[in-house]
Amino acid sequence: MTKTITDVICPFCGTLCDDIEVVVSDDGKKIVEVMNACAIGYEKFHHSQATDRATRPRMQQADGSYKEVSYDEAVEYTAQMFAKSKKTLMYGWSSTNCEAQSVGHEIAEICGSVVDNTATVCHGTTLIAVQDVGIPSCTLGEIKNRADRILFWGCNPAHAHPRHMSRYSIFPRGFFTGKGQHSRKVVVVDPRPTDTSKMADYYFQVEQGRDYELLQAFRAALKHEWLPDVVAGIPKERIYEGADMLKAGRFGIIFFGMGVTQTLSKNHNIDAAIMLTKDLNEYTKFNIMPMRGHYNVTGSGEVLGWQFGFPYAVDISRGFARYNPGDTTSNDLLMRGDVDSVFVIASDPGAHFPWTSVKKISELPSVAVDPHFTPTTEICKLHVPVAFVGIEVGGNAYRMDNVPIDTRKVVDPPEGMLTDEQFLEKVLHRVKELKGVH
Amino acid sequence: MPKIQLNLITGRTIQQGVAIEGGKEKPRYREACGIIELDPSDFEKLGAWRNTNVRVTSAHGSVVVKAIDATQGPHPGLGWIPMGPWANSVVNPNTYSTGMPTFKGTPVEVEPASNEPVLLGIELVQRYCRGDKK
Repeated sequence: MTKTITDVICPFCGTLCDDIEVVVSDDGKKIVEVMNACAIGYEKFHHSQATDRATRPRMQQADGSYKEVSYDEAVEYTAQMFAKSKKTLMYGWSSTNCEAQSVGHEIAEICGSVVDNTATVCHGTTLIAVQDVGIPSCTLGEIKNRADRILFWGCNPAHAHPRHMSRYSIFPRGFFTGKGQHSRKVVVVDPRPTDTSKMADYYFQVEQGRDYELLQAFRAALKHEWLPDVVAGIPKERIYEGADMLKAGRFGIIFFGMGVTQTLSKNHNIDAAIMLTKDLNEYTKFNIMPMRGHYNVTGSGEVLGWQFGFPYAVDISRGFARYNPGDTTSNDLLMRGDVDSVFVIASDPGAHFPWTSVKKISELPSVAVDPHFTPTTEICKLHVPVAFVGIEVGGNAYRMDNVPIDTRKVVDPPEGMLTDEQFLEKVLHRVKELKGVH
Repeated sequence: MPKIQLNLITGRTIQQGVAIEGGKEKPRYREACGIIELDPSDFEKLGAWRNTNVRVTSAHGSVVVKAIDATQGPHPGLGWIPMGPWANSVVNPNTYSTGMPTFKGTPVEVEPASNEPVLLGIELVQRYCRGDKK
C-alpha cells in the first residue's frame, strides 16, 4: 500500500505552499505522486528521485573532467580551502534550511569570510530601500482575508510564483473577500503584457526602465497634483484613474519583483514604491511586499540579521561584521578580484551571475554544494551533492512574508548521502582543528 | 544581413523554472532559456524566419540563441531572454555600487546566425570560463 503524506511544504519559491500531498511507495523510499504542487514544484519533487543524480562528491581533474571522491576527502579539501584563504566568498544559502545557514556562519566567523545570499542578484536592492525608508507590510494570510486592491509591479507570478494568485492574492475567498476575484481589483504594471496582466482589471504598460517616474507620478496623482500628459508611456488620465481606484480600496498590497529591483535606479525604485505605499496609508490601509524567489532566501536574511545585524553581503574578514553593498556584495567582490576562494551552497551563480563573475569563480579554489548538476558545479573544483531540503530532510524556512515554516522530510536520501547541515558540521569541525579553535 | 537594435530584458518563465528543477545539464534547459523572444514587428525588421538562430551582441558579450515569437506581448523594441547563462552572456554586469548587476535594460544588437549552434547551458559556461568566448 502506498502512503499519502499531507501538508508537505514545497521547497521551490518564496510562496512556500504548505498543502502539498506526496504519495510514497509502501517501503517509504520512493515518491510515487505529488499533488497540489505547481509545475515547478512537481518537477522538483520528481527530479529528486532521478537515478542519474550525483550521490558522491566529484573533484575536478587537470583535464577538466570530474572524478568521484569520498565525503571525507571533500570535507578535507573544503576545510583546507577555508583555512588557507584570506577571504572566502560564501555565496548562496537560499535553497537550504536555517539550521545549515547557522552552521555556515560559524565557519565564516572563524575564517573571516564574506557571507552573501541570492538576494544580492534578486531583492538586495529591496533590502537597501527597506533600510532607507522602512516597510509597511503584512502577512499573506491578511492579504487573502482582507485585500481588495492587489498591485503587481514588475513581477509575473503566473510564471515565477504560480500558486501565489490562487492561494493568496487574486482568487481565494477570505473572511472579508468572500467573492474571491470579484472582491478585488487587480493592477499589473509591466513593460510586457504578461500572463499575470491577462487577469488584471488595470494594466499599465510602463516603458522599460521608467518605473521610478511612474511611481512618483502615482504619488502626485494621489494628491491630484499636476502631471505631464504622458509619464513613462502612460497617459495622465489613466494614472489619475488608477490612483483614485487604489485610494478607494479598504486594504491594499503592492507586490513587486525583479522588474524594479534589477532595472536602473534599483533601490530608488523601491524607495519610491514604499513611499507610494506610505502615501496611500493617508487614505486607506496599504502594504508592500517583495516577491521573494528562492524558498528560503528570506530565512537567510533573517538568520544573518539576528546573528550579524545585516541581511546579506556580510563581510567578517576584519573580525567583525561589515555590510556595504557595492563593496561586500558577491558580483563586486568577484569582478574586482577581492576574494581568494569561493564556497557556493544551495544556489547557482554559474547560471545566474553575469559571465564575467562566473569566470572569476572558475579561476579560484571553489566548492559547490548542490543536489543537482548545474553550471556552477561544472566549473567549481569540487562538487558536493547533498540531500534535498524539504524532500529528504526537514528544517526551517521563511516564507516571503517572514513567516517561519518547518519543512518536512518525505523520503530518505540515497544511502550514505549527507545533508547540507551534516556536511557543514564536518567542515566546521575540521576548520576548528586546522585553526586551533575550540 | 540586417541587424536590429533592441532593449534586452531577462527574467523567469515557468518553462525556465521547470527546466532548472528537471536538470540544467539536459537539452530541455536550452529549449527553455537558450531563446530570445521577439515582437513580430522586430522579426519583420530582422528579416529572419521564426525559430532560426540569431546572434545577440551587447557591449558586454555575445551569444547565439534561437529567436521565437513573443509568448507574452506585444513588446516592440524589447527583446526577452529568460534568466540563465545565455542571458548572462550579454547583460550589463555593472552594479553601480548597489551589488545588483543591471540584468534588465541592456542595449543589444540582434543579427541572423542560422549556421551557428545554440550551446547547452553547461557547455556555454565552461566555454567562456576557459577563455574562448567570442
